Amino acid sequence: MHAPDGFLNAGTAVATGAVSAGAIGMALRRTRETLLDTQVPLAGLSAAFIFAAQMLNFPVAAGTTGHLLGGALAAVLLGPATGALVVAVVVIVQALAFADGGLTALGYNTLNMAIVTTFGGYGVYLVTRRLLPATGTGVVAATGVAAFASVVLASMAFSIEWLFGATAPVPFDTVFAAVVGVHALIGVGEAVISALAVGAVLASRPDLVHGARDLDRSAAARRPAVGMRGFVIGAVLVALTFAAVLSQFAAPGPDGLARVASETGFAGSGQPHALSDAILSGYATAGITNEAVSLAVAGTVGVIITLAVGYGLFAAVGDHRRGREPRGPRAPA
Amino acid sequence: MGAGHAHPLYVHEHSAVHSLAPEAKLAAALAFVLAVAVTPREAVWAFAVDAAALAAVVRLARLPARFVLARLAIVAPFVVFALLIPFVASGDRVEVLGLGLSRAGLWATWNIVAKATLGATTSIVLAGTTEVPRILHGLTRLGVPQPLTMIATFMIRYLELIADQLRRMRTAMIARGYDPRWLWQARPIAAGAGALFVRSYERGERVHAAMLSRGYTGAMPILDERTATAGQWLAAAGPPVIAATAAVAALVTAA
Repeated sequence: MHAPDGFLNAGTAVATGAVSAGAIGMALRRTRETLLDTQVPLAGLSAAFIFAAQMLNFPVAAGTTGHLLGGALAAVLLGPATGALVVAVVVIVQALAFADGGLTALGYNTLNMAIVTTFGGYGVYLVTRRLLPATGTGVVAATGVAAFASVVLASMAFSIEWLFGATAPVPFDTVFAAVVGVHALIGVGEAVISALAVGAVLASRPDLVHGARDLDRSAAARRPAVGMRGFVIGAVLVALTFAAVLSQFAAPGPDGLARVASETGFAGSGQPHALSDAILSGYATAGITNEAVSLAVAGTVGVIITLAVGYGLFAAVGDHRRGREPRGPRAPA
Repeated sequence: MGAGHAHPLYVHEHSAVHSLAPEAKLAAALAFVLAVAVTPREAVWAFAVDAAALAAVVRLARLPARFVLARLAIVAPFVVFALLIPFVASGDRVEVLGLGLSRAGLWATWNIVAKATLGATTSIVLAGTTEVPRILHGLTRLGVPQPLTMIATFMIRYLELIADQLRRMRTAMIARGYDPRWLWQARPIAAGAGALFVRSYERGERVHAAMLSRGYTGAMPILDERTATAGQWLAAAGPPVIAATAAVAALVTAA
C-alpha cells in the first residue's frame, strides 16, 4: 500500500494531496478542544501502537502471515477524527523518517491508508451497529465488517486514482479487479484481528472503545461465544459473496481490454481521457443481463483460485513455522 | 531510545548535508521529487542528470553506497508490479526475447522504476542525514499544524518501547508453545494487540499526568532555535534547481 514516487501522475498526486490536507484539517478542527488540552500524549501513544500493530504478523493459511493496516481499528478505538490523525501521522512519518512510500506519493498514500480507512471504515461501522444488537457482540461484529470494508474501500480508492492518474495503459477494470480482489482476501485477516482486538479491549477497559461509548458495562460484557473456526469460515464466505457481487461491476474484463486496444490502438498515458471514456462506455453497456450469473461464478472462482495458488506456493516453498518470519501475502499495491 | 538510537535509517556523520537546517532540507527534497515526477518519461537523459545530482548529494553526505542500495529494496514490491505492466498493458507490441510486450507498457515500467528509485533515494538521504526530532522541527517551521508534529513526537519517543513490549508478548507466547498456522488460530495475537492498546493508552495517561505535574500547558518548549540561513536555503536549492531545469528542458524539447 505504500506506493512510491511516480506511481500515479503529478496531477493526481497534487489533487489527492489537497484532499488529504483538507481531511486532516477537518479532523484537526473536530478534535481541537480535546486534542490540544489533554489528548496529545494519548494520541501519540496510540500512533505508536498503530505503528507497532502494523509490524504484528498474524497467520493467514498454512503458516503464511499477513499484517494489519489498522485504520478501522484506530477509528473504532479512538473515533474517526482522532483515528485519521493518528494513522496519517504514522503514514507521514513512515515516508519522512523510514523512506517507506514516496514523498510525492504522500497525497494518495495518506488518502488511501489514513483517510479512507478511518472515515470509510467508521461509516460502515456505524451502519452495521444499527443493524446489530446494542451489545459487545454487536460492537465486535461491526468492527470486523468495518475492518474488512476499510481495506476494500482503500483498494477501491487506489483503483479510482489509477483511473485518473494512471502512468501505464493498464485498463481501469483490470486494475480494479486485481487490486480489489486481492484486498478482499487481505481484508478477511484485517477483520478477524481488528474485531478480536476490540473484543479484548472491551473485556478490560470498555471505556476506551470510542465506538462503544453508548453501551453500559453489562451490555458491553455480552460478547460472542462463537468458535474461531466458524468465525473465519464465515468471513471467507462473506469475501466470496462479496467477490461475486463485485464482479458484476468489475467484469468487462477481457472485453474491455480488447475494446481499448482496438479502439485507441495506442493508448499511451498522454491520452488518459481516451482510455477512461472507453471504460465508462464499457460500464454503461455492462448491464444486468444473464451474464450476471456467469460473472458471479467467475469472480468466486477467481477468489478460490487465488486462495489455492497462494496455498500451493507456500506449501511448495516449505515449512515456515520455524526460522525467520516469512513476509505475508500483502499485495504490492 | 538512548543516544545513538535516533532511528534505523539515521547515519551518524558530520557533513554539510547533516548540518543543513531541516526545513531547507525537507523543502529541497520535496521540490526535487516533484521535479522528477513531472519529467516526461522519454527524457532518459534528464533522469541521468537527476541521478548524478542525487549521487553527488549522497557523496557529500558521506552515506555509504551499500547502505543506500540496501535501503532501496523497499521499493521492490512495486517494481515487481511495474514489471508485470508490459504483459497486461494495451497498445502495439514489440518483440523482446521472443515475448510480445506492450511498447507503452515498457515505457510505463521504466517511468515507475526510474521515479520510484530516485524518490526513494531522496527519502533515504533525508532520513539518513536528519534525526527525527529535527525533521519534526522542520515540519513545524514549514507550517505543519503543531498537533500533528506533537503526535508524531510522542509516537517516535515511545515507538521503540511499544515495539519491544510487542516483542516480549510474542516471546511469551512462543515460550508457551504457541505456533499458529491458520487464521482461526490468531485469537491470542489479536487479544495481545488489544492488551497492547490498553497498555499504550494507559501509558499515555500516565505520561500526560506526569507532564501536567511538571507544568505542561499545552505547548511544547522549543529547544532548537536555529532556523535556516539564506546561505543554507541557497545550498539546499542546488539539487532541486538542477532537476527542475532538466525537467523544463525535457518538456520544452518534447513539445
